[in-house]
Amino acid sequence: MFSNFDFDVIIRSLPYLFYQGMTFTLLLTALATLGGIILGTLLALMRLSGFALLTVPAAAYVNLMRSVPFVLMIFWFYFLVPYIGQWVTFSPRPMQVGAFASCLVTFTLFEAAFFCEIMRAGIQSISRGQVAAAQALGMTYPTVMSYVVLPQAFRNMVPVLLTQTIVLFQDTSLVYVISVTDFLGAASKVAQRDGRLVEMYLFAALVYFVISLAASRAVGLLQRHIAIIR
Amino acid sequence: MSAMIEIVGLGKWYGPTRVLTNCSTQVGKGEVVVVCGPSGSGKSTLIKCVNGLEPFQEGRISVDGVSVGDPKTDLPKLRARIGMVFQHFELFPHLSVIRNLTLPQIKVLHRSADEAKEKGKRLLERVGLAAHANKFPGQLSGGQQQRVAIARALAMEPIAMLFDEPTSALDPEMIQEVLDVMVALAREGMTMIVVTHEMGFARKVAHRVVFMDEGEIVEDAPTADFFVKPRSERARLFLSKILQH
Repeated sequence: MFSNFDFDVIIRSLPYLFYQGMTFTLLLTALATLGGIILGTLLALMRLSGFALLTVPAAAYVNLMRSVPFVLMIFWFYFLVPYIGQWVTFSPRPMQVGAFASCLVTFTLFEAAFFCEIMRAGIQSISRGQVAAAQALGMTYPTVMSYVVLPQAFRNMVPVLLTQTIVLFQDTSLVYVISVTDFLGAASKVAQRDGRLVEMYLFAALVYFVISLAASRAVGLLQRHIAIIR
Repeated sequence: MSAMIEIVGLGKWYGPTRVLTNCSTQVGKGEVVVVCGPSGSGKSTLIKCVNGLEPFQEGRISVDGVSVGDPKTDLPKLRARIGMVFQHFELFPHLSVIRNLTLPQIKVLHRSADEAKEKGKRLLERVGLAAHANKFPGQLSGGQQQRVAIARALAMEPIAMLFDEPTSALDPEMIQEVLDVMVALAREGMTMIVVTHEMGFARKVAHRVVFMDEGEIVEDAPTADFFVKPRSERARLFLSKILQH
């Protein structure tokens, strides 16, 4: 059945697929995860602060992000960010924003909403007694959070955070809507150019599958390694 | 004796529920006061008010002349000077035993890492746990964890110590090792408020016993008087229940 397929096309396009495509995909995944966790943690702290001035905007942000299709967000940001940049910097022309920067901003902002909810659950999983003990020792709120609550919340949530990262890794393929070449985009280009759709898409699927599976296995191992001894 | 901790007319509500009513007492420097009473009588709430972990609506508390309820008071600074030991130990499970002792010293008292470690090791030795410095709290027994918690509080060189049912969560065979540390501390002249049902401990080291019921201080008497001739019917009833063995 594979007799008239040409799997050699994969070998020939490997450097292009991985150097250009996969580098973009992994870089975007890594940076957006990092940015998303930092921003998400801040949002979570806002949501849990108990001050309406902080909880309301944070909750509104999270709910907005979670109720808009991601593809729409990518589109929207790509066309809007230059104008927001213009507005912020009082420049006469729309700001020049590269496709990568635009994607990074979109993914970070979007994922932050999901990481916020994960970190919120993580922070709430830490008993009030821990906070009381830290306060009783004279620690201020920032110290309690950074040395007692967040390290524990983060460890409890590592499996979920990394699972979300795997989802993010797969979602990076959505950048095709603004014609950015990620791994899937690169595979797609080769497929169309050489008329080898089945081969290339099969290969792309396989690569995503292997990486995601390996990553989720690694999460399991890591989880055992960093679990807090109780 | 000058009053180290002064509680005057303390009242507290949780929403519409009154939990403390007109509680007044004082604890002198070097004095050991045991607070006892049936569960739900407000003992724990009372001592949590002393270091401001629980807010209160009525009355005032001062510790070493600093008013706890005053919004201008720097609560973290005040709390750093009052040690507290909890029923469930509340060691930080993600940090090693020695890190549990050094972290607050470094972050709150701004001691150097070496100084904090030195102090931490000395206190671990004192509670007989020097060999466990690099273990994690989860690897220790309950009694050992509570001794670490006491050492952690002592590392801050507190002017007074609050104990919130320190032995209630322990297996019977571990209670004594914790009480021994507390007795030694009391004999060294530490100012202590101890919420406990350990009447043996009270008899041994307490100068006074405060008996609470339904959010009120029903009896506040020198230890000998409390055990021999409690004035209130409620205290008599309570004592007869817990001392019948």
